[in-house]
Amino acid sequence: MSSVTEIKQVRISLTVNGERHEHEVEPRRLLSDFLREDLGLTGTHVGCEHGVCGTCNIMLDGRTARACLLFAAQCDGAEIRTVESLGTVDKMHPIQEAFWEKHGLQCGFCTPGMLMSAAELLERNPEPSSEEIREAVSSNLCRCTGYQTIVEAVQDAATRIREQANG
Amino acid sequence: MKPSAFHYEKPSSLDGLLDVMGKHGEAARILAGGQSLVPMMNFRLATPEVLIDINGLSELDYIRQDGDSLSIGALTRHNVIYDSPLVAELSPLMAEAYKHVAHTTIRNRGTIGGNLSHADPSSELPAVCICLEGHMILRSKQGTREVPAGEFFLGALETAIQPGEFLAEIKIPVRKPGVGSAFEEVSPRRGDFATTAVAATLQIDGGICQTARIAHAAVADRPARIESAEAVLEGSALDKARINQAAEIAASETEPSLINYHGDADYKRDLLRALTKRALQRASENSVN
Ligand SMILES: Cc1cc2nc3c(=O)[nH]c(=O)nc-3n(C[C@H](O)[C@H](O)[C@H](O)COP(=O)(O)OP(=O)(O)OC[C@H]3O[C@@H](n4cnc5c(N)ncnc54)[C@H](O)[C@@H]3O)c2cc1C
Ligand code: FES
Ligand code: FES
Repeated sequence: MSSVTEIKQVRISLTVNGERHEHEVEPRRLLSDFLREDLGLTGTHVGCEHGVCGTCNIMLDGRTARACLLFAAQCDGAEIRTVESLGTVDKMHPIQEAFWEKHGLQCGFCTPGMLMSAAELLERNPEPSSEEIREAVSSNLCRCTGYQTIVEAVQDAATRIREQANG
Repeated sequence: MKPSAFHYEKPSSLDGLLDVMGKHGEAARILAGGQSLVPMMNFRLATPEVLIDINGLSELDYIRQDGDSLSIGALTRHNVIYDSPLVAELSPLMAEAYKHVAHTTIRNRGTIGGNLSHADPSSELPAVCICLEGHMILRSKQGTREVPAGEFFLGALETAIQPGEFLAEIKIPVRKPGVGSAFEEVSPRRGDFATTAVAATLQIDGGICQTARIAHAAVADRPARIESAEAVLEGSALDKARINQAAEIAASETEPSLINYHGDADYKRDLLRALTKRALQRASENSVN
């Protein structure tokens, strides 16, 4: 019964950073590998592949998820946003500007996940306390900064976003 | 690492789920939030030949009151329960324990049914279900059966779920008026699995403890009630000395066997004493009598 089970490719159609994609994927293809290797979106980093480090955080239908704990085959019909959706070098997102200004990164390996966690927090809670920021980034490991500057950067990003909204 | 190859099924109804479970038998594994199973697959500690994705089964995603039970569908995400005013009202102990369950990103995907089916001995939720004397509703082609939480957890990553069965619902008795509860945990960081945790509920009438329930997590291969400590409380006036005595019993009569780099047996015993005391103190304070 079991060993003869044929493995079929799965056809998926999903939106990534506003762009529609249709692909045939092997069921075991992790979303993190799909984004990086099939779509060339290497902003999403891969550190541990077991859900612990958080550098692969993306937004799945508006909430953060570990891309290393999702199969691309599960994402048919999904709306995905990666760190590339935030801004570009020429036109940075206020969260990216804040991380730059406040030294919220050193080597930058953890940064994509930190930015997505910060984006989720600020979308839901525009004026977070430092305790709430600490909690939001508690599942993102950073081996460089010691977190203090990350907390300051998220706080600064909150101010920038509020100021932008108020014109 | 990458998972080994598997065939992917995504049923769109409960009958469809039972059909594919029947078709693939023990070669198949259910995929819920994937927050425990996919790490195991990435490490190839789990190599299912078939993965049955139940994320399309919205029939398993609900929180509702059924008489004196709080019923939670197995596919309900952690964050939905964490944010639920109904859960906060009907089961303050579960609501409090959820503050210790993983991080936002993990809670966005992880489900209560996946958590309990996975039966990690360091998880908070099995201890809560045992403390509250909840029931697991299991379904199969043969029908439905209810297993008391105290008989559901058989060991580390082992439960009473039989081949062909899946966990459909978790039923927790609604808090009775006046019952106090508290959940206490020590973990390396907020959101990590417990190093040791204690859940307690107390029903007090005229200063006398009528019913006490105390359960530990992360101490042995499965969570369990500490009945000897419950027994010294029931029928007694709940003063400081009595609470200290119960905490002492919890520490001395529990043999910590789940030893890891976060805690050896002596440390876990100390934590049991301190956390039992704190949980009982707070539960007695927030019980209305
Ligand atoms: C970084 C990190 C930190 C975490 N911290 C904590 C923590 O502090 N406390 C805690 O409790 N948990 C923690 N978790 C685990 C988390 O709670 C998981 O969500 C949970 O244990 C599994 O739920 P799931 O829905 O993701 O299940 P899955 O991973 O999809 O499945 C887990 C197992 O249950 C089986 N299964 C799933 N659903 C059913 C069903 N309905 N019927 C029968 N079998 C089923 C699967 O086949 C599999 O064997 C953490 C996870 C990560 C990655
Ligand atoms: S790579 Fe996904 S959490 Fe580490
Ligand atoms: S900046 Fe290097 S890991 Fe965070």
